[in-house]
Amino acid sequence: QKVSVEVLDHLEHLALVDFRDSEGVERLQKAIQFADQLHEVNTDGMEPMDSVLEDRCLYLREDDVTEGNCTKELLENAREKVEEYFVAPPGNIPLPKLEERETFLQGS
Amino acid sequence: LAPWIPVVGLEIHAQISSNSKLFSGSQVQFAAPPNSLVSFFDASLPGTLPVLNRRCVEAAVMTGLALNCSINKKSLFDRKHYFYADLPAGYQITQQRVPIAVNGSLSYSLCIDNKMSQMVTKTVRIKQIQLEQDSGKSLHDDTRSQTLVDLNRAGVGLMEVVMEPDMCCGEEAAAAVRELQLILQTLGSSQAVMAEGQLRVDANVSVHHLGEPYGVRTEVKNINSIRFLAKAIDYEIQRQIEELENGGTILNETRAFDSKLGCTVPMRDKEGKQDYRFMPEPNLPPLILYDAKSLPANVNHQQVINIDWIHERLPDLPSVKREKLVEQYGILPEHSFTLLNEDGLAEFFESVVKQTQMKPKKVIGWILKDLLSYLKQHSLTVKESPVSSFLLADLLNLLEKKEISSTAAKQVFAELWKGEGKTPLEIVKEQKLELLQDQKELEQICQAVIDGQENEVIMMVPG
Repeated sequence: QKVSVEVLDHLEHLALVDFRDSEGVERLQKAIQFADQLHEVNTDGMEPMDSVLEDRCLYLREDDVTEGNCTKELLENAREKVEEYFVAPPGNIPLPKLEERETFLQGS
Repeated sequence: LAPWIPVVGLEIHAQISSNSKLFSGSQVQFAAPPNSLVSFFDASLPGTLPVLNRRCVEAAVMTGLALNCSINKKSLFDRKHYFYADLPAGYQITQQRVPIAVNGSLSYSLCIDNKMSQMVTKTVRIKQIQLEQDSGKSLHDDTRSQTLVDLNRAGVGLMEVVMEPDMCCGEEAAAAVRELQLILQTLGSSQAVMAEGQLRVDANVSVHHLGEPYGVRTEVKNINSIRFLAKAIDYEIQRQIEELENGGTILNETRAFDSKLGCTVPMRDKEGKQDYRFMPEPNLPPLILYDAKSLPANVNHQQVINIDWIHERLPDLPSVKREKLVEQYGILPEHSFTLLNEDGLAEFFESVVKQTQMKPKKVIGWILKDLLSYLKQHSLTVKESPVSSFLLADLLNLLEKKEISSTAAKQVFAELWKGEGKTPLEIVKEQKLELLQDQKELEQICQAVIDGQENEVIMMVPG
């Protein structure tokens, strides 16, 4: 099945990706088809594996202060700063609605 | 008109009291220079990985046990995705699928009709407790149309405690949160000071008619004190009732409490239902906890958490402390509530009892009426009291030995409050407040008074 325009639009909002052109969407379709192969395996009565790390031990760290104090270094990455704060727009800038965006999805 | 049944549930975020953050080694501290307590991981720089802090896990286990939860021996970490300037990674690491503790309960007490002598016990179910990261702080600068971001708080460990919608009003919610606060402070798992953002409460409120399904609920945020929590919830209940009685509908939305206006308003930046695209945290294996039975032999103790070991070392919870106070000192249950409600007051009371011959049942009156009212009048904490337990015990001994009257004792107490360093005995002597014990001396004084009032005496005698 093809992925609907609504779902693609929803994904563009959520992940801020731009499918750009039909090639991008085609690639997504192929990725979904590839993953769908998993459905061919009979998993009745099996516990799902959600991480290849499931047999590994989760390392526990002691509660000591070992990092931080590198304000200057961190702020070097900031395009804009005020005193020692990062500067961001006043709120999330919402992605415009489908009709108002320059996206090839419009034509679909 | 059929009565409305309000339904209130709570989501409480308690900052874990630890030296360093949940997944990194930067320091946890309130009020530090902006972005000075931030590691590369907290800033979400590429190539960094989360490393779980043992102390945070212990804090969550302690809290789960204190709230009668089942501790999940295997719990998982997930990513919750959303965009916001104070969440540099674009996702929060939380426990959505299998949290560390589930199915607990919290008992709390309420006064009926504001009378402390009539207390009723209620219970609220705890749905779950999960470990998660705190976000950074956004400071909105509306004049320059920008937001300033401080990541000092980003990555601090939180315990999210979810309370089922078993409560029906602001008062119940406030009492439940107060009791949770006391429990957390007793355990030391969180200092739970709301004013410093260590305890944040969001309320879920809806109303419905008896027999009908639950109504649409709203989420109320931005509540900064227990007092405002009760106000916000009661306002929202009223708002929903009025809206529905006027034929309107309730939107499933997030509202903010405006403490100045005493009302709730819709929040901006919360458009529609959020899709958080939860996924397993790929960088963290499952968190496995052990108990005495399942503890593997030959393990590195530093790498293993034993639930039973933690259970054995839990301190007395507030409810147990209250029972013990009532049993040991013969005070009333409502007294024990007040004692535990003020930081240090129970210890002060016990200290006075140790140093005086006066019975605890009488001492409690001095603690709850005299001492506490003075402290409240002057906005002082027990620690800041100018009258020490030693001085108060000293004063009560004088009273107990009948060397002064109780009226005189109150006078001495007022004088002691000035904190001028005088002892009760010194004040008594200074103000000549000693009770006369000598019978002959008393007779002489009475006679002198009668002699001085001859006319009045003559008028009285025939009568």
